Amino acid sequence: MSFGGRLSVVIGLFVVAAGFAVWAVVGFMLPQPATVDFTSAQPAGSPVDLTVQTVGSIGTGFGDHPTWVSYLVKNPQGQWVHTTVWKVPAHTRINLTIEQFDSGSPLRNQQWGRVQGTLGNVEILNGKPVPVYDSNSANGVGHTFSIPTLGINIPLVGVNPNASNVCSQAPCSSPSSVRNIIRASFVTPGPGDYPWQCFVPCGLGFLYGNGGPMSTVGYMGGFLDVVS
Amino acid sequence: MTIDTGQPTSQEVTEPAQEEPRHIWRMVAIWAVLAVVFDLLFYFLVGPHVPPGDMTSAAAENQDDFTILFLIALPVMIGVWVYMAYSIVIWRASRKGAPEPVGGPQARTNLGVQVGWIVTTTVIVLGLFVFGTVELVVNAGSGGGEGPNPIWTPTSATVLPVQVIAQQWKFTYRYPTFGGFESQQLVIPNGTTIAFHVTSLDVIHDFWAYQLSIKADANPQLDNVAYTTTRQAGSVTVRCDELCGLWHGSMFNYGSVVSKTAFNIWAKATERATAANTKLLPPFAWTYVPDANGADGGYYPDNVDPYSNSEVYGATPAKS
Amino acid sequence: MTLAAEREAESEVVYPDPTPPVLGGFQGLPARPGWFSQHLGTAVIGAVLGYLLGHWLGNMVGSGYTNISNSGSNSIAVTGGLLLAVAGWLLGIGAVNYPLAKLVGMEPRPEYESTSWTRYLRYTADHKVVGLQYVIGVLGFFFTGGLLAMAIRTELLSPTSHVFGPGTYIAIVSEHGTMMMMMATSVIVGPLGNWLVPLMIGARRTAFPRVEAFSFWIFTAGYFVILSALFYGGFPTGWTGYAPLQTQAGVGMMSYLVGFAVIGIGMMAAGFNLAVTIINYRAPGMTWSRIPIFVWSILATCALLTLATPTLVAAGLFGILDHTAQTAFYVTEHGGSSFLWQNLFWFFGHPEVYIMALPGFGIVAELLPVFCRKPLFAYKVAAAGMVGVALLSFFVWQHHLFQSGINPDMRPLFMLTTELISIPTGFIYLVGLGTLYKAKIRFEVPMLFCLAVFFNFLIGGVTGVFLSDVPVNVTVHGSFFVLAHFHYTIMGGLIFAFFGGLYYWLPKMTGKTMNKQLGKAHFWAMFIFFNMTFFPMFLIGMLGQPRRVFEYAQNLQALNDFASVSAFLLGASFLIFIANFVWSIFIKPTPAPTNPWNSLGLEWQTPTPVPYYNFERIPVVLSDPYHYSEENAPAVADLGEGELVTTGASSPARVAEDPRPPAPGVETTR
Repeated sequence: MSFGGRLSVVIGLFVVAAGFAVWAVVGFMLPQPATVDFTSAQPAGSPVDLTVQTVGSIGTGFGDHPTWVSYLVKNPQGQWVHTTVWKVPAHTRINLTIEQFDSGSPLRNQQWGRVQGTLGNVEILNGKPVPVYDSNSANGVGHTFSIPTLGINIPLVGVNPNASNVCSQAPCSSPSSVRNIIRASFVTPGPGDYPWQCFVPCGLGFLYGNGGPMSTVGYMGGFLDVVS
Repeated sequence: MTIDTGQPTSQEVTEPAQEEPRHIWRMVAIWAVLAVVFDLLFYFLVGPHVPPGDMTSAAAENQDDFTILFLIALPVMIGVWVYMAYSIVIWRASRKGAPEPVGGPQARTNLGVQVGWIVTTTVIVLGLFVFGTVELVVNAGSGGGEGPNPIWTPTSATVLPVQVIAQQWKFTYRYPTFGGFESQQLVIPNGTTIAFHVTSLDVIHDFWAYQLSIKADANPQLDNVAYTTTRQAGSVTVRCDELCGLWHGSMFNYGSVVSKTAFNIWAKATERATAANTKLLPPFAWTYVPDANGADGGYYPDNVDPYSNSEVYGATPAKS
Repeated sequence: MTLAAEREAESEVVYPDPTPPVLGGFQGLPARPGWFSQHLGTAVIGAVLGYLLGHWLGNMVGSGYTNISNSGSNSIAVTGGLLLAVAGWLLGIGAVNYPLAKLVGMEPRPEYESTSWTRYLRYTADHKVVGLQYVIGVLGFFFTGGLLAMAIRTELLSPTSHVFGPGTYIAIVSEHGTMMMMMATSVIVGPLGNWLVPLMIGARRTAFPRVEAFSFWIFTAGYFVILSALFYGGFPTGWTGYAPLQTQAGVGMMSYLVGFAVIGIGMMAAGFNLAVTIINYRAPGMTWSRIPIFVWSILATCALLTLATPTLVAAGLFGILDHTAQTAFYVTEHGGSSFLWQNLFWFFGHPEVYIMALPGFGIVAELLPVFCRKPLFAYKVAAAGMVGVALLSFFVWQHHLFQSGINPDMRPLFMLTTELISIPTGFIYLVGLGTLYKAKIRFEVPMLFCLAVFFNFLIGGVTGVFLSDVPVNVTVHGSFFVLAHFHYTIMGGLIFAFFGGLYYWLPKMTGKTMNKQLGKAHFWAMFIFFNMTFFPMFLIGMLGQPRRVFEYAQNLQALNDFASVSAFLLGASFLIFIANFVWSIFIKPTPAPTNPWNSLGLEWQTPTPVPYYNFERIPVVLSDPYHYSEENAPAVADLGEGELVTTGASSPARVAEDPRPPAPGVETTR
């Protein structure tokens, strides 16, 4: 083969290899759940209302793994979006409302039954303030919303799985679906990326329950992206 | 075929080997000066700041250990580097007037050098072994996890046990001598010998309290014990040191060493404040058997032990 | 036996036909390779078909299980797919043709001796072709792992803002580690071991040529299996794969477990083949004290490859069973133990790192005499050191488990064995420094790499002594200190030695010369940026940053950034090598003289390109190849027909096919 031929073969192979690498990075490594921005919806300094729901399975309309349990968030436009990366302003009060549709169980570590880091160290469970929830009672705890580095922990009480109108697949928007509504407030600290997670091992089918959705950002864990 | 290996010509051979003793002496001299200078520089300038500091007995001891090892290692490294630099400068082919190398049996072996090298390295290495073992024994394990049956235990009469429970992805701490309350904060008293009992509820983690110089793997169903005695108050960084899944990188928290009175006040206050929740926790034990199924249905089929006995951490036995 | 009698005896073994047949595959298939013969393309087709079949079977088997339908991840399908993909790959390339032919009673056909470039895409019994195939394979692994390293350092530029998600980050870290370790195991044994060992011992072939080729093709299959993890979402355990996190992970874990099993089998095959070759195929007169020191290092390495790797395969098998068949080898609650994987893995893992270190020592010891023009100092100590390291490496593995909660009695014991292993490891310095003494050092590119190995491995080895001291281990275990230690030993030692060996032997392997200026530029850039990247990591580790974290303390950002920028420049330095390699070998090659470095080694006494049968006559070896600068040195070997390899005065060149004037100093006497 001539010099020009060899040169073009080598350049061609190099382009193919580089293209493959770029495709692998851009297609498989870089993609992350989208960030929902709550910083611009209201005037600076005023409290931010954050509404999320937890469901037993995400279904086929929202994500890659239809059987996985997941959080969903209501974006400022009022739609349910499947992402766990939420951008909020710093030093601002966040009024968190969680619609919990999933059944519960006793907690692996009852330490997470204690509400911590919220204003008054309580959560408002269906209208009643609760400082500690016994996960061995009633229907147990379905999930928790916890930001470990900020010391915030909010247990999300489970619903009765034998009730008639249980919603087990997202989006649970029907008003008649049985749910627990938990409200709590906390104040965001200075700017930073704060990981949050659930402390109930709810990854069905995975050892210790902590695989799958528990180990994938976008389902049962994410970031609170606090910006100034 | 013949390979030109640079045989000395007759003219070059007449050059007497008068430099021969000078090379080694020169190298030794350069080495001695550099070794002493750098060892002293290290000892005085860096020594007091060697991580992890001296907040506890284990930390101070590990700091000293590292310093001593470094003071021994530095001359060894300087020796090799001086030799290499010397050879590169003096014995390179491009140097004008350099004598030809001499092969033959004397260049292939030198019993004195070989034996000397082997004996020296053996002595250094065995010395380090003895040193390390003595340090381990004398310092109650030097802050490392000794497993459930530690053999080097502290000599002080009162030891404060603190249980470190690792789970995905946070450390929590239980204080058995204060009613077994569980806390997310690590607060320990100054001037006290602490026994850390590290265990896990799921996968393998590692409790690394940096300033305390404690490092112990957290294994499921195993109580890994590590000891140290606190000497100064201050803040402590705890990081997970064994890859444990998604949030391993953010599995850290800050703790503090406070005075004994402050600690007692904190412990009693927290005991009171969390009494309601402590009643709901399972009885204190050195290890726990969590429900490996997680919440209703996990990896193994539901009707296999231990999901039906009473050792489930945090849960009452399943009714069905 | 006198020389004449020896030659008389060995003349019996001269093949009348210079192309000895090596038995290949089925009869009936075309004798001359064409498009419908077996090559890389058919291997790919086989792999794809195998994968589809395996995945479908796995789905059939697994879809009924609760945990699979709950989790939505079918490890059985992925395992089946990957295993059958490897089987299809091997079937496609023709690796099992010979045993299959024998099994059904067919007569295997002779292998066609090809001279076209396509022989590099085939399953071939020529050890030299396998060696060059390995060069490309190993470089492929290395650059994939290197790109992943660039991704890691990009993420670590900032402690708080993140380029990749945390799950992707640990998948990248795990993939980088696994790729690099699997590459490093074979990086010298594969290309250089396979290519050089028969030539160095005066043999025409290895003992089991088909096993050798099989080891290469399963090595490449392993690459694709491990790479597939990225497309399955990665695995979260790091290259050490600790259970029970391993059992909790998703389907990407199967790429790791199956990949290890597959590469493990390749390692055992390669090690076994070369060990038997060295023991049985040495030329007459090649006694144990005359074999090149590189061959000693390969022998010691092969002992480790053959004996330590089965533990890894067994550990991987348990992991596969835990993940697919719901066994509980590694799950404590069901009677298994989280310690089992750690111990099995490190029982393999520690000999593994000596599998990586020893060939590096072998190369350095082999090259130093050539560029110092002096014999190797303390040859016997060097050989004893390598054997000693190999032996002792089985007794140190629990130093990875000092803080794991093992029986505390064990810790001083393993501290002792680990400290002891530093004695034979240090012998390479005795040998190297003794060879440098009053030498005449030529700073060719390979020699620069050898000197860098001594510099880097010193730092790596000494920090290993720090790690072996249990009290200091409390501070540094699991931190960046460990990371810097093993990068200094593996990359600073092995990879630098590999590149030195590559620059040294490529003129003989390919018949083409690499550009010297680019070689030196590559060396200096690599050496400087390597040290700038990894030296700060000792400090980062001591200041409290653990491994494999995507977030770290704010005050460590400056050090991390320094390391990251240096790492990018280190990565860029390899572009110089790639440019040099590709230009000099493929695009605009310059023919190389047969013995450009004036080496006495037997492999250099062959014409370039080396013929299929290596030596026209099996040489009779008369002494070791290190008699440089010696008056009245004995001849190294008798190549037959009065041709001796000696040192001596000049005479006309022998190599007729080399059109250029002879390189100075290369002569033959007849």
